[in-house]
Amino acid sequence: MLRLDSLSQHYGDQPVLRNITLTVPDGQLLCVVGPSGCGKSTLLRTVAGLLPAREGTITIDGTPVTGVPDRLAVVFQDYGRSLLPWLTVRDNVALPLRRQGLRRAERRAEAERILDRVGLTGAARRHPWQLSGGMQQRVAIARALVCRPSLLLMDEPFGSLDAQTREDLEDLLLEVHRTDGTTIVFVTHDIDESVYVGDRVVVLTPGPGARVALDLPVELPCPRDQIGTRGLPEFVALRTRVGRAVRTPSPAVRPATPSGGRT
Amino acid sequence: MSRAPASESRRPADHGAASRTAHLVGGTARRALPRLLVLVLALCAWQLAARAHGSVYFPTPARIARHAYDLWFSGPVGHVFLTPPAVDTILPSLGRMSAGFVLAAVAGVGLGMLVGRSPRAYALCDPVLQFARAVPPPTLVPVFVVVFDFGTPMQLASIVFSAVWPVLINTAEGARDTDPLRLDVAAVLRLTAVERLWFLLLPSALPRIFAGLRLSLSLCLILMVFSELLPGTANGIGFALTDAQSRSDLLTVWAVLVLLGALGYLLNTGLLAVEKRLTGSRTRTHEGSRKGRTT
Repeated sequence: MLRLDSLSQHYGDQPVLRNITLTVPDGQLLCVVGPSGCGKSTLLRTVAGLLPAREGTITIDGTPVTGVPDRLAVVFQDYGRSLLPWLTVRDNVALPLRRQGLRRAERRAEAERILDRVGLTGAARRHPWQLSGGMQQRVAIARALVCRPSLLLMDEPFGSLDAQTREDLEDLLLEVHRTDGTTIVFVTHDIDESVYVGDRVVVLTPGPGARVALDLPVELPCPRDQIGTRGLPEFVALRTRVGRAVRTPSPAVRPATPSGGRT
Repeated sequence: MSRAPASESRRPADHGAASRTAHLVGGTARRALPRLLVLVLALCAWQLAARAHGSVYFPTPARIARHAYDLWFSGPVGHVFLTPPAVDTILPSLGRMSAGFVLAAVAGVGLGMLVGRSPRAYALCDPVLQFARAVPPPTLVPVFVVVFDFGTPMQLASIVFSAVWPVLINTAEGARDTDPLRLDVAAVLRLTAVERLWFLLLPSALPRIFAGLRLSLSLCLILMVFSELLPGTANGIGFALTDAQSRSDLLTVWAVLVLLGALGYLLNTGLLAVEKRLTGSRTRTHEGSRKGRTT
């Protein structure tokens, strides 16, 4: 279980996140939505242990996060930069396995198994830059999954992909989530995506000093499907509520209380 | 049954590869030709001018080449055609130079990584580095003569102390420029310090490191010759130069100059080949990622 307790974060004197309290139960897929620049990425980096929390605490299963936690994986938006171009696809994916003391052959076999799973059979010996954008992000997802993380953080992972590729990867993510039961925190600025993918959507107010504007469970039937689910009246109602919350003008006018009921 | 179509399909592929190779060779020749043309024209001009002038001090390139061949390259096959004077002249110089270059490269990359990875160390060391780099390297040789006396230690110290700065400064810059997102990735993957160095920092800095190494290599050649010009040296290319000069053997002086030019060219070509081999995937990276994004 991931708990954020009165978390605040600043860059210099500028407040970025203000008093964020959230509990993410094991196995939940939580989407964090907000206007760009509101501090979604900062939230994720803080949970990943890459930024120390200015105030408040983050705990995973009761253990406070001080550095990068064990069994955590992150997928960044910019796959071109997050993959290492001088390593093959297989070696990129096998890199996190080094610390588990596996031998080279075992690491490679495990990497190829995960590559099969994300639909990249046969790409193992190529270099990331020889693949399309969607395939590169699949490599990044494989690298994140190879250590069997219990918490997976994704920072706008599909933001720079075309619509078709994005839908394929959303479904891949849902399949992974369904079979592995990994807790996932998924940051996006795409309202439709958040409702389609998430078990729950949290909307942050615009910065500076973002707070939780809306915390909404998504009770759509599973497994979801790109055409059917997006056509459901419940889906439309949910995306309307999330959309209204994202467009809330100013945090000064409408303070911290979730205003979901007003739609 | 399945074999026949396989061999059939291989044939056009082979043919394609062969024609591609032929095309590549043709392309290389076409690109190399204008450069060679200028060289050949310059040599012809030199030959004609020297012959017309007829001075003892400016022999024709043909005579220089002939002399260099007789002096150094007419040896037995077993010695790769090197004559005993060549072995005494070229090998000691190359030995000093390569030892100096390797020491400078190792020290430069190692220290550069340390300085580059710590903003504080960089801020503290930068003025010193800029100062050390600004001192014209040959002027340090007299200092080393006092410290080490004449001989190989002095020559090595001169080479290393001059050649280390470009590598060090470029490596530090390269290490500083490591993509911050990739550093985050290394942190999230919890790479050890050694893994981070080997899989991230060194490959990231490699193009800059090689820029430094190329500068260093030419400095090594200069300092190698310069330190051999001083008394206390009994062999080496620099010694051959002063020796020939003292005997007023202008033909040998010219032959040494040509030898140095050829040596510098060959060494630089070798270094470029190593660089291309090591950073090949890196240079294609940009193309590849751009292509990846548009499709």
